[in-house]
Amino acid sequence: MTKAVKTQLDSDFEELSAKKSWYAIFFELVRKQPLAAAGGFIVVVMILMAAFADLISVYDPEANALEYMLVPPDEMFFLGTDQFGRDVLTRIIYGARTALTVGFTAAIVGSTAGLVIGVASAYFGGVIDLVVQRIVDVVMAFPLIVLALAVVATLGPGTQNVIIAIMIPFIPQCARVVRSNALAIREIPYVDAARALGFSNTRIILRHMIPNVMAPYLIMLTSFLGQAILLEASLSYLGMGVQEPTPAWGLMLQGGAEECAESAPWVAIWPGLAITLAVFGFNLFGDGVRDTLDPKLRSR
Amino acid sequence: MKFSLTKLAVSGAVGLCLAVAGTSISKAGSPKSGGVLNFVVGSKIPSYDGHKETTFGMIHPIRPFYSLLIRVNPSNPSSPTDFVCDLCEGDVPKPTENGTKYTFKIRSGVKFHDGTPMTSADIKATYDKIIFPPEGIPSSRKAFFKAVKSVTAPDANTVVFKLKFPTGSFIPALATPFNFVYSKKDLDTHGLKWHQKNINGTGAFSFVQHQKGAFVEGKKFADYHHKGQPYLDGFKAISAPKLAVRVAAIRGDRAAIEFRGFPPKHRDDLVKALGKKITVQESDWNCVLLATPNQEHKPFDDARIRQALTLSVDRWGGSKYLSRIAIVKTVGGVVFPKHPLAANMDELVKLKGYSKDLNASRAEAKKLLADAGVDKMPGGLNVDFNNRAVDQPYKVVGTWLIDQWKKVGINATQRVQPSPQFYATLRKKGDFDVSVDFNCQSVINPIADITKFLGSAGNNYGNYEDAELEAIYEKILRSGSESEQRSLIRKYETRALSEQAHIGVTLWWYKINPHRSYVKGWSIAPSHYLNQSLDNVWLDK
Repeated sequence: MTKAVKTQLDSDFEELSAKKSWYAIFFELVRKQPLAAAGGFIVVVMILMAAFADLISVYDPEANALEYMLVPPDEMFFLGTDQFGRDVLTRIIYGARTALTVGFTAAIVGSTAGLVIGVASAYFGGVIDLVVQRIVDVVMAFPLIVLALAVVATLGPGTQNVIIAIMIPFIPQCARVVRSNALAIREIPYVDAARALGFSNTRIILRHMIPNVMAPYLIMLTSFLGQAILLEASLSYLGMGVQEPTPAWGLMLQGGAEECAESAPWVAIWPGLAITLAVFGFNLFGDGVRDTLDPKLRSR
Repeated sequence: MKFSLTKLAVSGAVGLCLAVAGTSISKAGSPKSGGVLNFVVGSKIPSYDGHKETTFGMIHPIRPFYSLLIRVNPSNPSSPTDFVCDLCEGDVPKPTENGTKYTFKIRSGVKFHDGTPMTSADIKATYDKIIFPPEGIPSSRKAFFKAVKSVTAPDANTVVFKLKFPTGSFIPALATPFNFVYSKKDLDTHGLKWHQKNINGTGAFSFVQHQKGAFVEGKKFADYHHKGQPYLDGFKAISAPKLAVRVAAIRGDRAAIEFRGFPPKHRDDLVKALGKKITVQESDWNCVLLATPNQEHKPFDDARIRQALTLSVDRWGGSKYLSRIAIVKTVGGVVFPKHPLAANMDELVKLKGYSKDLNASRAEAKKLLADAGVDKMPGGLNVDFNNRAVDQPYKVVGTWLIDQWKKVGINATQRVQPSPQFYATLRKKGDFDVSVDFNCQSVINPIADITKFLGSAGNNYGNYEDAELEAIYEKILRSGSESEQRSLIRKYETRALSEQAHIGVTLWWYKINPHRSYVKGWSIAPSHYLNQSLDNVWLDK
């Protein structure tokens, strides 16, 4: 059995952990990757918001309070209220739950499916590789948002369908990147040795190839997270994603937010800022992961 | 005769009220010819067939291609009694044979856009399709013409409508702007569904192109039968489903007008930004949003569940607050609220869901739900709620309704769909528990307008039969006095909205049309379907 290639992160971590306490390690990583740390901080805050939304917020994110409609930010409603009198801050906090649910599910399922397809395509080669890669070419020919719109138009709106719509375009993207790495690994002697020992194809793919393409997989996964959140917001904004009264950032930008853009700008500004921050955070974090895991970028 | 005079007086009073309600009527000068009118439309076109469709998404871009037998006076569209001939000649005829026969003289020299001369045979073929459609041919206003026995064309210039009994609702029904006159040749040659995808009318404009999802374009029809008209060289109906885009289009002068209506906030924003370059016309609106339970889906076949749905809704509170952000305003029953046949306050509060004591209503709703066994349902009562992807007022009212129902423990999941899919769900699939629906009529004609609540009506999607309601309606239709009609309509209303709660009436609409001041000749009507032929519109540029 082979072992996964040791990454720079592993080396750094081992080196640091051998000498220092956990908080020293943490600050050392922050010093080495300050932008990634900033991104990670945003991601952690989002996750905490989503997880503890019920505890953080005192208002119901869906209940109308029409007597408080379009109240500007004040001590009662820190970020103001929307056209149905709902607290904007509460809906942003609960919206993180929607964004993360859609983002993580679509990114993880999409990139994992891409990982398996990419590695299998590289391992089997020949006609299978040819057919799979042509299908990948076809799917990748469509811009991300267009493909997602087409899928959601076919399946209909709703959280579950939005996840599927976002997930599908991610599969070929990840499969293509992973395949290129897997092609190199396929030629390494230990794969031949595994074959010679009579291991099944499934075992060789799962135990010997996939662990060695984890670096590109993780890079793709983290980059997909930001994209997925942005896509979910885009679809919801276009009315094809999550539906009212579910709190979702993209949804908060449409309807009343557009109508009140001049007289109640807070209705649109805060969810817009939440989307920007979330995508920014995930992208920074993803870049940090890439810089750490990609040997070509590591020396720069 | 007594009936006709009463009817006339009632309608006249309504017309006066509506005329006064219009806050600003465009000042007419001498019409100038030329120019292309760009206007924005907030909904897509399900099909081109006026007889089938019920949406402004079709009427605004397609109506200018067609003519009607008679129409509401385009110079006075607020009046429910001012009808003028379009394809007929002279004045709108008076009935003969005790009010059961109407003889129309048809204009000569009228041509369809393909060059075919228009005759009485085309009128007969059109109304046969509307009133007596064969199985499988949709006709949304079939119920308006329940009194019609036959349509005949004794010669090329005469059409005769024979009624089973005299009714004041017949002439307003004829003037409905959806009654596009089609060519008999097209119907005979291509079939009764041809007009769903093709256009050939006698209207002021001929069809140039329809870029789906983008625009519909028409050009001036040189052989139009109203001489000197149209004044415009053409029009472009630009599809803009998002309200913000429509407002921006008018603000940026990429479109001059939107004929449906804007919420108060946008009126204020546009006036503030453009000052005298914007003219605002306002009117009460013969349009109401409904919540229709699908009685083929359990447990919505149970009247207690339907009553709970309507009892949970705070109409008075909704009116107060939603009117600030949406194009809805007035609490009412089945009849246009400003009409003398409409329920007054004392009558309204007796209906389920209209009481001023909201807590009592909601307590009753909860009790009814418990009696109907909702407590024993796993997860409670979950409603698949079909809605239309049009911001105003569908999505606003839809979100409000979900919140209202939640207050008595009814959970609704909203399924917002673009217009074609929304209609497909209502008409074909029927896969909804409750759907947003609407009763938007053109000419104010309560006796015809309330047919929407009949299970037998072509545009009723509740999937129910109610013989008692049908019987009350038959009496209304044949009633000769206003007081008797009024009393019968109350019975009808109580049956439809309270006892059976077949449909939940939400709030009646309020129409606000801010438009570029250079658009002249167009006057607001109490309906966004009326006065859309565009033959009298001109640009003062």
